[in-house]
Amino acid sequence: MAENVHTAPATVERPPALTLGPIGWLRANLFNTWYNAILTILIAWALFSIVPPLLRWAIANASGFDATSQQCRAASGACWAFVSEKLRFILFGTFPYDEQWRPLVAVAIIIMTLAAAANRRFWKPWFVAVALGALALVGVLMWGGAFGLTYVENSLWGGLPLTLILSVLGLSVAFPFSILLALGRRSDMPVVRAFSVAYIELIRGVPLVSLLFMASVMLPLFLPTGVTIDKLLRAIVAFILFEAAYMAEAIRGGLQAMPKGQYEAADALGLNYWQAMRKIILPQALAISIPPLVNTFISTFKDTSLVIIIGLYDLLGTAKAALSDPAWRGFYREAYLFIGVIYWCFCFSMSKYSRWLEKDLYRGHRR
Amino acid sequence: MAIQTQYSGPARVRLSLNDPTVRAVVYQVLVIGAVLGLGWYLVSNTLDNLQRQAIATGFDFLNREASFGIGESLIDYSPRDTYGQAFVVGVLNTLKVSLIGIVLATIIGAVVGIARLSTNWLLARLATTYVEIIRNIPPLLQLFVWYAVITESMPPVRQAFNPLPGVFLSQRGITVPVPAADPVWTWVFIAFLLGFAASLIVGKWAKIRQAQTGQPFPIAGASVVLMLGLPLIAYVAGGAPSVMDVPKLQGFNFVGGLVLTPEFAAILFGLSIYTAAFIAEIVRGGILAVSYGQSEAAAALGLKRGHALRLVILPQALRVIVPPTTSQFLNLTKNSSLALAIGYPDLVSILNTTINQTGQAIEGVAMIMGSYLAISLSISLFMNWYNKRIALVER
Repeated sequence: MAENVHTAPATVERPPALTLGPIGWLRANLFNTWYNAILTILIAWALFSIVPPLLRWAIANASGFDATSQQCRAASGACWAFVSEKLRFILFGTFPYDEQWRPLVAVAIIIMTLAAAANRRFWKPWFVAVALGALALVGVLMWGGAFGLTYVENSLWGGLPLTLILSVLGLSVAFPFSILLALGRRSDMPVVRAFSVAYIELIRGVPLVSLLFMASVMLPLFLPTGVTIDKLLRAIVAFILFEAAYMAEAIRGGLQAMPKGQYEAADALGLNYWQAMRKIILPQALAISIPPLVNTFISTFKDTSLVIIIGLYDLLGTAKAALSDPAWRGFYREAYLFIGVIYWCFCFSMSKYSRWLEKDLYRGHRR
Repeated sequence: MAIQTQYSGPARVRLSLNDPTVRAVVYQVLVIGAVLGLGWYLVSNTLDNLQRQAIATGFDFLNREASFGIGESLIDYSPRDTYGQAFVVGVLNTLKVSLIGIVLATIIGAVVGIARLSTNWLLARLATTYVEIIRNIPPLLQLFVWYAVITESMPPVRQAFNPLPGVFLSQRGITVPVPAADPVWTWVFIAFLLGFAASLIVGKWAKIRQAQTGQPFPIAGASVVLMLGLPLIAYVAGGAPSVMDVPKLQGFNFVGGLVLTPEFAAILFGLSIYTAAFIAEIVRGGILAVSYGQSEAAAALGLKRGHALRLVILPQALRVIVPPTTSQFLNLTKNSSLALAIGYPDLVSILNTTINQTGQAIEGVAMIMGSYLAISLSISLFMNWYNKRIALVER
């Protein structure tokens, strides 16, 4: 049937130009409805009126790193000279100037240990020993008094090392207590359960400020006559009390997520309570509570800034102290931006890690 | 063949550490002993120290004259009043900043959470940037930034910025005119409460009627009419007073009007914006947790988009959203104690001054903890009640 045969070449239809390419993307993502179009224009206008002036302030009009404060005040832009002038004070506080390589190395050790702890290959019992060794090394570097290092008393510590020490030390000392509290809260023994619940809920119901207060004004009264403890130790005690309750809740979540069959299997094997916990329940429960534990660590890291209230100089405290220098008064934008970026880098990388780990640990549950 | 069973009377009770029940009792006695021992040790040390340093104990100091001024207060207060009254001022200031902060944080959080799911690429990116920046910076630093921005970028009182008649922006905060005190306003407020109660009753009646007859009733319109109309009637009936209390510059500060102090503004904005970033994530998670089939099912039933959102999607999302949001509300309330660092006279900063003046640290810290526990407990109870109301009813 020749009349049914098409002999002319079929016309190749091009896709409509307006659904492909950059224009298509714009139409699909920015102007898909009338209200989205209005929103897009409003946001673009807002960004246009905020971002260029901000960049002009931060870069184009900023005075150089070696400008004097008079030059800075004359310029209309940012004064990065303030940050470069006060850099070592903000980072290391009143630590003796010539010895400031010691807190620098200590910070590097803490960050490296944290980075190693993030790697699942190191989740082994021997890593605890390595971490304790690192902590001891940090102590030696900060205090000195051995290996030819001069002694530096801890009232001179400040800045980033103090922030890191407060959060890491609080967390690691509180960890064993938090496991006991979490197990206690799920115990069959009514007295143990009542004490655990009371402690956890009491601590979680009050602000950290009140615990810091308690540690700074009441702790000296609790101790026998003649025993004194310094400000730093008081703050650490407050952080340990605080952290233990919050981490206990994170671990309880992990314990509750364990299927009942695991407990029954442990019983069937004839293991007693502590054997079952140590060999079967806790290794699995702790692994799945790591993401919430990391989140607890992030909030502790942010909360260390509160020690400014009891007169310790952490990163925020040193920045505020640097601002009170009469020669450099008023450059709060630069100071807060600088330490804000430091805090943000730590917290953001940890929260990214926690989200990645959560996905990675639940790989078996993914469909 | 009968099977012989030997019955040898009730099992002999033997006390052995191999018996789990016995062991449990022993452990618990040991725990009680340890806690009591620690408590006794601390208490005896404390009593010893208190006696040696001659610090008074008890709450008698609450009746003594406080003799310190408080920047802002919801009730009348002067330095001649007692520590007890100063404490009440602190509690009210904490409640004020927490309640307004919770409302503000919920609104911002819901908007940002929905914006993160927007099909508008720019808006979604902007919301994500907001959440990722704000969540990862300490709240105290954010408060300092807000406080510095408000106090350092505003003009001094003498050169106050005056955008509208009666509205002044200066380093001392924002002052706006308010209607002058008049008994009519009390009646207007009572009328509003009556309108609110009436619209609740109408809502309940409309629900029952719709269940019985299928007849819908415009509840939203009726509520607006009741809640705005009744106060308006009260206002007109009271003679419609129109005298305004306009702020005027007097000496070094403004007198009259309503003042939003820099301290209050900094802590309110700082806390709301910080907490809103967390609430936004919760809202986003809650909406994503409702499976897409639910929207399709609602569309298949012929529900309009607004109805589908209100009757199908939102009730399911709220179940996921409410419990974690409760803990964010509690966090905001507890974070309001950061007010101490920027000088807003909240509960903690007033008790801090009290402790410094009287030296009675134990009572002061106990009052701080007790107040926060009470506030936290009330918020938890209310939110648990609300959570139960919206929880899934399984048949």
